[in-house]
Amino acid sequence: MRIPCPFCGPRASEEFAYLGDAKMMDRPLDGPSWEAVFLRDNPPGRHRELWRHEGGCGAWLVLERDVTTHEIFGAELAERALAD
Amino acid sequence: MQIDRLSGGGRIDRARKLSFRFDGRRYEGFAGDTLASALLANGVRLMGRSFKYHRPRGPLSAGPEEPNALVTTGAGAAADPNVRATVQELYEGLEAAPQNFVGSLRRDWMAVNDLLHRFLGAGFYYKTFMWPSAFWERLYEPLIRRAAGLGALSGAPDPAAYEVAHAHADLLVIGAGPAGLMAALTAGRAGKRVILADEDFALGGRLNAESHEVGGGAAADWADVAAAELASLPNVRLMPRTTVFGVYDGADYGALERNTDHLANAPKGLPRMTLWKVHAPRAVLAAGAIERPIAFGNNDRPGIMLAGAVRTWINRYAVLPGRRAVVFTACDDGWRTARDLRAAGAEVVLVDARPGAGSDEGFRAIRGGAVLDTGGRLRVSHAMLRHAGGATDAVSADLVAVSGGWSPAVHLSTHLGCRLVWRDDIAAFVPGDRLPPGMQVAGAARGVFSTAACLRDGAEAAARALEIPPAAAPEAEDGATGVSAFWHVKGAKRAFLDQQNDVSVHDLEISVRDGFRAPEHAKRYTTLGMATDQGKTANILALGVLSELTGKTIPELGTTTFRPPWTPVPIAAFGGRHRGKHFHPTRLTPSHDWAAAHGGDFVEAGLWLRAQWFRAKGEAGWRDSVDREALAVRRSVGVCDVSTLGKIDVKGPEAGAFLDFLYRNTISTLPVGRCRYGLMLREDGLVYDDGTVARLGPEHFLVTTTTAKAGEVLRHMEFARQCLRPARAVSLVSVTDHWAQYAVAGPGARELLQGLVAEDISDAAFPYLACGPVTVAGVPGRLFRISFSGERAYEIAVPARYGHDLFDRIVKAGATPYGVEALSVLRIEKGHPAGAELDGRTSAMDLNLGGLGAKKAAPFIGREMEKREGIQDASRPRLVGLRPVDPKARITAGAHLLDPGAEARTASDRGWVSSVAWSPELSRYVGLGFLVHGAVRKGERVRAWDGLRGLDVEVEVTSPHHVDPEGSRLRG
Repeated sequence: MRIPCPFCGPRASEEFAYLGDAKMMDRPLDGPSWEAVFLRDNPPGRHRELWRHEGGCGAWLVLERDVTTHEIFGAELAERALAD
Repeated sequence: MQIDRLSGGGRIDRARKLSFRFDGRRYEGFAGDTLASALLANGVRLMGRSFKYHRPRGPLSAGPEEPNALVTTGAGAAADPNVRATVQELYEGLEAAPQNFVGSLRRDWMAVNDLLHRFLGAGFYYKTFMWPSAFWERLYEPLIRRAAGLGALSGAPDPAAYEVAHAHADLLVIGAGPAGLMAALTAGRAGKRVILADEDFALGGRLNAESHEVGGGAAADWADVAAAELASLPNVRLMPRTTVFGVYDGADYGALERNTDHLANAPKGLPRMTLWKVHAPRAVLAAGAIERPIAFGNNDRPGIMLAGAVRTWINRYAVLPGRRAVVFTACDDGWRTARDLRAAGAEVVLVDARPGAGSDEGFRAIRGGAVLDTGGRLRVSHAMLRHAGGATDAVSADLVAVSGGWSPAVHLSTHLGCRLVWRDDIAAFVPGDRLPPGMQVAGAARGVFSTAACLRDGAEAAARALEIPPAAAPEAEDGATGVSAFWHVKGAKRAFLDQQNDVSVHDLEISVRDGFRAPEHAKRYTTLGMATDQGKTANILALGVLSELTGKTIPELGTTTFRPPWTPVPIAAFGGRHRGKHFHPTRLTPSHDWAAAHGGDFVEAGLWLRAQWFRAKGEAGWRDSVDREALAVRRSVGVCDVSTLGKIDVKGPEAGAFLDFLYRNTISTLPVGRCRYGLMLREDGLVYDDGTVARLGPEHFLVTTTTAKAGEVLRHMEFARQCLRPARAVSLVSVTDHWAQYAVAGPGARELLQGLVAEDISDAAFPYLACGPVTVAGVPGRLFRISFSGERAYEIAVPARYGHDLFDRIVKAGATPYGVEALSVLRIEKGHPAGAELDGRTSAMDLNLGGLGAKKAAPFIGREMEKREGIQDASRPRLVGLRPVDPKARITAGAHLLDPGAEARTASDRGWVSSVAWSPELSRYVGLGFLVHGAVRKGERVRAWDGLRGLDVEVEVTSPHHVDPEGSRLRG
């Protein structure tokens, strides 16, 4: 698999570390709810996921991926996604 | 004597004679032979013994689908079992041995199994070896394993080298038969980057095996010209001897290239195999088709072969596999074999299961008939024929060629979940419409069988894939291939479906009778379709039989799942160069060479090698060294390399606010020139990691992490910085490798260091928890007054390149070097939590650290979840010190804590012992552990119960600080 890093271009997925659902970013600074920490939806189809380009630029990315086909639709910088 | 070699023809080089050995005997063949073709040329038919019944077997096929002709090549550690003789290229000096027999290949004592076949059918061991159950592991299984099997591994480390490599292409063409060659020509002429891979050493596929023409000349000559043109194109890479074995997400393909298995003398340094990870957005699967046999009585004797394989022997290898041939077929393909056999000089009797098939061609043809049974011991000698009317007669035969039609090699098309579609007209499965992204299937692999159609189909597939015009296909044979679904001869006995696993039609009948009716169940019950060939010649046949037995259609039954790899891939190839000490990188500390030269004994800590102790002269065991080192720290001064701790520079105007968010305690209030212990929580409120934070400037903090979590903590901090953004103006850099950092600990530490650094480090100028820049022998360094041992201690850091020299100077100034084992003894004596206490299940309160940041107002990670009732529960196990009441008694980490008199069971568990060390200071074992209500149980007695080691020791609950609980030594 290749992940399109906004800084480094398409790179092999082995260079990246997966964390989980991008909803983790919707965290109020004074603390998330119990549900936000422990409960995750896992529907088939498109997910927004957090990956870090650990073996490259170190940027955290929000990656859009279909978990049934593993198709990757694109990635943007987490910092950018947060600003949107 | 190559008694069965034809005098002319073939794609072999008669000028290059090669000698080789099989089963101890010497033979000769030619360059261009496989081991199987050379053996056949020498009149050898018997090449192995079958898996279960030890029946004599020869090659069924002439390619990678081979179930029978498995041999072991090489010897000693380099022995390679289960090599398909039909794939192994011949080379000068090749040594091969047959497999799976006791005694000799011709007289195998285990063949007695065949006489017992009535009792050894499908599921026999599930039914037979039921009682007593204890016998299974010790007696039955070893016996069965010895009796049944394939080749054996040497058990020695593989001496060959392997490589993993990456390749990229616009188009990957899998298979270099007519479709594959045309696909590659189409893309190659258009200037696209093409990789053409084929598992064979000769490109051309069936073109090398047929007698018909392409483009007005021999098919094989056309293939040679096409391959030469492709080789001349700089954008095309030809990869013969390369098996594409798997399709993976993101248009990635796994391919195994065999570099040296065909060479008598491999060049030094060339890896035996290369595992290629090929990234190709577009691919053409042109893997061809696999001929399937028909199940009839004793259809597995040496000399019974697939009809297409017989043409391969004749046309490609100039080998006549028999002089009196019976061809048994249910499709037009058998007729081609009959013609080629006759042209090569053999007598032919053709038996076609289809009434009224074919026209008179001058050989005896029996229409609507069948081969019922065969005879012969080590080679087929006659065939029993049944005519359309039911009459039978025996025909003398030294070759039975069989064809039940062709099954497209669809395997790679299904690796990403594409479902197959059944086509009645060719009685075979073809790929469905949800192909792997970017893949086109062409030629026989999708049920297109005539040569002309395959050539066109390959060109068009590449044209579709790349949106370019197709290359013009040459003129070629364009005959239809009539086929009728014909799986087995009714009434035949010992009719094998899967020759590699000795599974017969009767075994499937047992399976269905016993209730295992679905293909996936029947496969597990009978082992049909398992082992090295994965049922390539057997699966469709078995489905046909299963369909008859269950009354369901083949598409209703469906197939079992094809998974990578298509053919076996050595695990060593996946490992590539990552073996032995190259399994992972090794990180060496700045003092490594010094330690290695001074008795250092190393232990792996993640990727690091750390000195665990330094053996001095006269020390018999490790404890002598560790006790000496620990006492040296308590009595005078010691030095330990702690460079492995993660070090992260945190810089920026908002660095303090950022760290407040990451640590449970407040960091922003730390004055410049001071250190503080810091505790990090996870979002769920439990302890994540700890370390020290030093403020080196108004906007510059240096934080340390545990060795184990160094990478993970940086990731966590970057996640907070980029994704949670508690503060914006902050940046993080790992500086772990930049600094050599040594703990200098003990009552004499200050005096020693004062001799090394230029600055005043008196207690007034440099008190406990001070930090700041120092000059060490003219080199700018840093000093931190922090302690892990409870003694007066400092950590001194210099740029890593000066590390070796500094360590040497510190030791020469009088410090005793100590390793991580003594470091651990010292921290257990002092009651500092480490890895065993920060195990991901403990809270700050559990560690008696609840007061850290208790009054903090700013939010931090873990604050909310830490308020949960279960984490606040006062009855949670708390960190305590533990000492055996009997000072001579030993306790062990991992022991359970039980109340006196309590029965040792889960319900009475009161906690656990997390860390234990022999304390040379106190001359007894001391431990740390977690005890329910531990905070209020000091002075009580409990038991450390270790069922694994048979220990049950009375222990006293104490403060975790076994040494200097007041902390007076620390501050000096």
